[in-house]
Amino acid sequence: MINKVVSGAEEAIKDISDGATLMLGGFGLCGIPENCINALVNKQVKNLTCISNNAGVDDFGIGLMLKQRQVKKMISSYVGENAEFERQLLSGELEVDLIPQGTLATRCLAAGYGMPAIFTPAGVGTEVAEGKEVRNFDGKDYLMEYAFDADFAIVKAWKGDTAGNLIFRSTSRNFNPVMAMAGKVTIAEVEELVEAGELDPDYIHTPGIYVHRIFQGKDYEKRIEQRTVRKVQ
Amino acid sequence: MFSKEEIAQRIAKEIKDGYYVNLGIGIPTLVANYIPKGINVVLQSENGLLGMGPFPFEGEEDADLINAGKQTITTLPGSSIFDSAMSFGMIRAQKVDLTILGAMEVSENGDIANWKIPGKMVKGMGGAMDLVASAKNIIVAMQHINRAGESKLLPKCTLPLTGVKCIKKIVTELAVLDILPEGGFKLLERAPGVSIEFIQQSTAGRLVIEGEIPEMRLD
Repeated sequence: MINKVVSGAEEAIKDISDGATLMLGGFGLCGIPENCINALVNKQVKNLTCISNNAGVDDFGIGLMLKQRQVKKMISSYVGENAEFERQLLSGELEVDLIPQGTLATRCLAAGYGMPAIFTPAGVGTEVAEGKEVRNFDGKDYLMEYAFDADFAIVKAWKGDTAGNLIFRSTSRNFNPVMAMAGKVTIAEVEELVEAGELDPDYIHTPGIYVHRIFQGKDYEKRIEQRTVRKVQ
Repeated sequence: MFSKEEIAQRIAKEIKDGYYVNLGIGIPTLVANYIPKGINVVLQSENGLLGMGPFPFEGEEDADLINAGKQTITTLPGSSIFDSAMSFGMIRAQKVDLTILGAMEVSENGDIANWKIPGKMVKGMGGAMDLVASAKNIIVAMQHINRAGESKLLPKCTLPLTGVKCIKKIVTELAVLDILPEGGFKLLERAPGVSIEFIQQSTAGRLVIEGEIPEMRLD
């Protein structure tokens, strides 16, 4: 069996070079591949295209890569929490493609399912539809949106095994499973890496066939963006 | 005139037993506080959760468990977790019964604008375009007039659109209105103390008034 286990983030991303297209899992700061992002920051690869629902905050997540101007283009659905992002966008340094969140997720899904395109009603009649093919099914218009084509997908899971099988925890699942399916090369960092056979096959979210490299990450910060609590009665 | 809390309270009356509901950010989030007692409603959070519970008690926050507004939340008995593609799959397939969201402008034919103001920093549409394009029932919670006193219920939206011909009902600080299939804002109820004349003045789009217009009731 091919050994998918790598020593850590540095080894996992070693062949990611300037100009690559990356998918990065996570929703806000929840379920982002912290170790690989830090390694990409240290490696200082540039001109990256990043497909990710959000763009991190100023000092965490993809924000760290933006600060070093490693990102040429962001493909996201919502990017509101990042002042450096805003500065680069307004100055024209950063190219941004904003797309509906469901379209983003389903374009990942299509890539993972081997389908070249999807039809979605999201964005019909809006500026998102500009230049896109519209098809009418049963009286309703749909936009044709292409499957993503990413060189690497980088995801974060809760548990993984040496065969590459992944289990996600709670809402940190979000975009991670669909991106894991969509990369030409998929890198998974996990909080706990176990031997093949230790995870129940019935509880696997992402089958190992989609995962090419896996490692146990370290020092997870898991930052909370909006800490909301209620008082004990 | 209604406060934001009262707008939320009025919208909550539209929620029926067994509904799966997606609540947007802002006033819609407040609706969760007023869901009628004794009915079972499941809240969907589009980052991948059905059965959203209240905020956690202090010290029990879980970084892996957030809602679409990135707030720490809890699950409830019967909750389920899924990925983002499935989340929008159930929205697109109209499994979600009711979507409640905010708006900057709504037009008399049901177009909505709520994601972009030209010249200002654009944060993105998030899931709003997917929701409005697919939801079978959408209620908009919004201010009837802006701070300058200008109507936000228009013949045609001036801001970039989020979706076309999709809004059915609007609840504002002044009134409850339906959007007619043939176009036009049909006045259903007025907020306590608000005159029909004032609603007429505050509505730039075509306002349809038929018969008695009762005051909104929250009980």
